[in-house]
Amino acid sequence: MKPAPFEYADPLKVADVLQLLRERGDEAKILAGGQSLVPLLNMRMAQPELVVDINRVDGFDSLDNAHGLTIGPTVRQRRVERDQEVVRSQPLLAEAIQWVGHAQIRTRGTVVGSLAHADPAAEMPVVWQCLDGTLEISSSDRSRTVAAREFFVHIMTTDLDPDEMVVGACLPPMGSDTGTAFLEVARRHGDFAMVSVATALALDGDMCRFASIAIGGVAPVPLRASQAERFLVGEKTIDETFIEAGVRAAAETDPPTDIHGSADYRREVAGALVERALGIAAGRARERAGFVDARS
Amino acid sequence: MRGHDMSDRREVIATVNGERRAELVAPRLLLSDFLRGHLGLTGTHVGCEHGVCGCCTVLFDGEPVRSCLMLAVQASGHEIDTVEGLSDGKVLHPLQEAFRREHALQCGFCTPGILMTLTAFLRDNPSPSRDEIRGALSGTLCRCTGYVNILNAVESYLEPGIGGTP
Repeated sequence: MKPAPFEYADPLKVADVLQLLRERGDEAKILAGGQSLVPLLNMRMAQPELVVDINRVDGFDSLDNAHGLTIGPTVRQRRVERDQEVVRSQPLLAEAIQWVGHAQIRTRGTVVGSLAHADPAAEMPVVWQCLDGTLEISSSDRSRTVAAREFFVHIMTTDLDPDEMVVGACLPPMGSDTGTAFLEVARRHGDFAMVSVATALALDGDMCRFASIAIGGVAPVPLRASQAERFLVGEKTIDETFIEAGVRAAAETDPPTDIHGSADYRREVAGALVERALGIAAGRARERAGFVDARS
Repeated sequence: MRGHDMSDRREVIATVNGERRAELVAPRLLLSDFLRGHLGLTGTHVGCEHGVCGCCTVLFDGEPVRSCLMLAVQASGHEIDTVEGLSDGKVLHPLQEAFRREHALQCGFCTPGILMTLTAFLRDNPSPSRDEIRGALSGTLCRCTGYVNILNAVESYLEPGIGGTP
């Protein structure tokens, strides 16, 4: 038996979860997929007094793709990657999710749990940051919606108060002139990213109309390379543009040095991935626009 | 609220390898330890105990999971399949037979997790490429590094007419 003793509750109603959080606050930990929490329990790096297992909560497994995507707190990553509607409408999420651990991890792991855990090397926060996703947050007496930009505060630290939880994670619908790409460098597939990059590019003919670049693993929270984004708007979608954007994006990062790689190496990789991801995203945007035109 | 393990026990009622099992357990008991210690199903091996090695992979409602990253109480109302469920104890499952034939195990420690992973993978993808098999194996570590023979075993299993085949 590895984890330290804890009280265990598995409520069936969201109101009961929120009531427990109100009463117990910091003493309580929410257990969704458990792919981050249970290792921490096993190593006793986390020793919560109370574990609130939300896997039996009615309605938490909802996946709504009607007006943008809204993902409930117990929706597994595996379900998202297998949902053909989601794969079609949110290709960046579908591409990034392949990089989350291994199939056995994604069978249990949840999208919302990964966002709430806010590991700086995790993929889901990078996607939310890139697509200006939002998080629906509730406590027993209030609800609010927070943009990804404000949600991620520091390493494994979010804007959540101790009595609050994320009850939904949302992505806006993707424009028909937009292409996206996700790239990552890790020591082995399934390991945490050394650097990951998510991009979205909207085109107006052969010009960039809009650009979004999010980089993971180079800062305490996923970084938006806003100077590179601004540079891209109005530029031609040619290799030289993407090379320059990569150089600018790399200059915006301030990565850490650790045993997996030096700061200089990470910065170099970030620039190269941004350049490549933009090229791929532009190609996909063109394909998508062509596809839509052909159908109309 | 420490030390409440005894008074705080909860009942787990789960279907394990097709049989209904009911046990009283502490909430902190891991599913892997429940299978091994309480049910005596020691075929599920425990390696790293933090979700990296894949040795403890079992099927949870038919899907592969790390049993060291789940609590036993979470299994209540669900179906668990372990390596013991693959064969009747007399005749090997055709996939196990292929592993034997191709020398796809040396020490055998990782084998149960790999077999359970492949059981779900081959059910969903009955004619995978070698690269797809390699991808499916990426979540399980073999420290004897016998990966090539494992790949060969899966291909041998898929070859019609050899051993039992789907």
